[in-house]
Amino acid sequence: MAVSKFKEALNSGKFLVTCEIGPPKGSDLTQMLHHVDLLKYRVDALNVTDHQSSVMRFPSLGGCLAVKERGGEPILQMTCRDRNRLALQADLMFAHTRGINNVLCLTGDSILVGDHKGAKGVFDLDSVQLLRTVRQMEAGKDMAGNDLEGAVGFCAGAVVTPEATPIEPQMIKFEKKVEAGAEFFQTQAVYDLDKFAKFMEYARQFPVKVLAGMVLLTSVGMAKFLNANIPGIVVPQELIDELANAGRGRALHKGIEIAGRMIAALKKDSICDGVHIMAIGKEEVVPEILAKAGL
Amino acid sequence: MRSITKRKPVEEVEQSLKGFEQVYILGCGTCATMTKTGGRDQVLEIKEYLESLEKTVTGWTVIPIACDEMTEVAMRENERPLRNAGCVLVMACALGVHRISTYTNNPVIPALDTLFIGLEEKPGHFREVCIQCGQCVLGETAGICPVTACNKGLLNGPCGGTNDGKCEVDKNKDCAWTLIYRRLKLQGRLDLMRKYHPPKNYQTAPRPKTVIISTSEENQDGSV
Repeated sequence: MAVSKFKEALNSGKFLVTCEIGPPKGSDLTQMLHHVDLLKYRVDALNVTDHQSSVMRFPSLGGCLAVKERGGEPILQMTCRDRNRLALQADLMFAHTRGINNVLCLTGDSILVGDHKGAKGVFDLDSVQLLRTVRQMEAGKDMAGNDLEGAVGFCAGAVVTPEATPIEPQMIKFEKKVEAGAEFFQTQAVYDLDKFAKFMEYARQFPVKVLAGMVLLTSVGMAKFLNANIPGIVVPQELIDELANAGRGRALHKGIEIAGRMIAALKKDSICDGVHIMAIGKEEVVPEILAKAGL
Repeated sequence: MRSITKRKPVEEVEQSLKGFEQVYILGCGTCATMTKTGGRDQVLEIKEYLESLEKTVTGWTVIPIACDEMTEVAMRENERPLRNAGCVLVMACALGVHRISTYTNNPVIPALDTLFIGLEEKPGHFREVCIQCGQCVLGETAGICPVTACNKGLLNGPCGGTNDGKCEVDKNKDCAWTLIYRRLKLQGRLDLMRKYHPPKNYQTAPRPKTVIISTSEENQDGSV
């Protein structure tokens, strides 16, 4: 079975860094490939989104192939929103044959938050069932119990929202994902490190690696937007004030500094196993964030 | 059971009736009356509208229960004005439209869109509670259906889009899994939420769904 370079990194005990790559809306891949080239040797894996926020884009599979072709380590994001169980299994087999060895299993956002609001939301499986499907296909069986001519092999991950209220239902689901075979987790963006450290005390009981989600703050408006619109994200007022006091045209710079500082703190105190950076269109500055974090 | 409907935009109704100068209107005295979409008042309202378009309404009636087989009797009583019309405009849910279609050879045009089967929680407030999936999980979900009440129909707990007990789709809507969690916790049955639910069988009753209730001549499975 092909060995996932990312899995080797997970097991190495080093502080991990992954970064999100958002494919374009359209067939011009210039900018995405530029981001891939910029980051492929600086991070442990590049995580390619799957119609993020239910907005139709170039596919995650295509983005992962591009990462692979250019020498990077891709993580295939796979949501349950757009494909039924036949299509999901087929794409897992295809990814495996093309050297894509990591998969992140997600439920997927609702159709209603995206740009094709009249589409049919599939959700034939949920994230827990998809994780189990990966493991079953690794054992050489499809979901119907038929033998596969050639199994698959993946380092499989999932997501968790440590700041959701109430938190207990999220914890129960987290544990179901662990039982289903998740090896690593990336979290929704976290900004309150004390609160996150408490979550990690709980998560440390389980044999999984956790990468803290890091969404780059680019302006006061963007931080307020996250607070108002994105469930499970809480940007504390001190950080918003810090961005506001950065001075004209300096908010992005301040955001980079905040992200770098937080990553350094997470690493220094070994709070979690790594970070997952979501720069959302500002991938250009990820090397700067890493430099500020001392990585 | 309540079949919840909404009125189609009048422009759509007008478009559907293009080429029909004589129209017969049928309303329904049950669900569509309760939802104020196909009762007497709405029938009279659309009658007036059609007349303003210079169409002739050959007659109208509100059938007590349009989906019931007694509809045939009501339609026979109105045979002449029905026959004089080029089409029947139905202000009932799709069940009514189907029933009525079996008793006339005239084109049957729906004036309503059927939204869901729901409960009236308080006067005028209707909520979908069951999508009739054929595989009931209510016993394990504290009587709240995640297949219906969760936007994604998730079986193994909430998605990451929920916060403060609300749904990512609409902050005014409750997250089904938070409701289930709270009620199971209250009942001391949270272990049910930890249980893994395998993928659903979406073909328990393949479409078109049919059921034959056994009669004296037939066995339970419908075979004679």
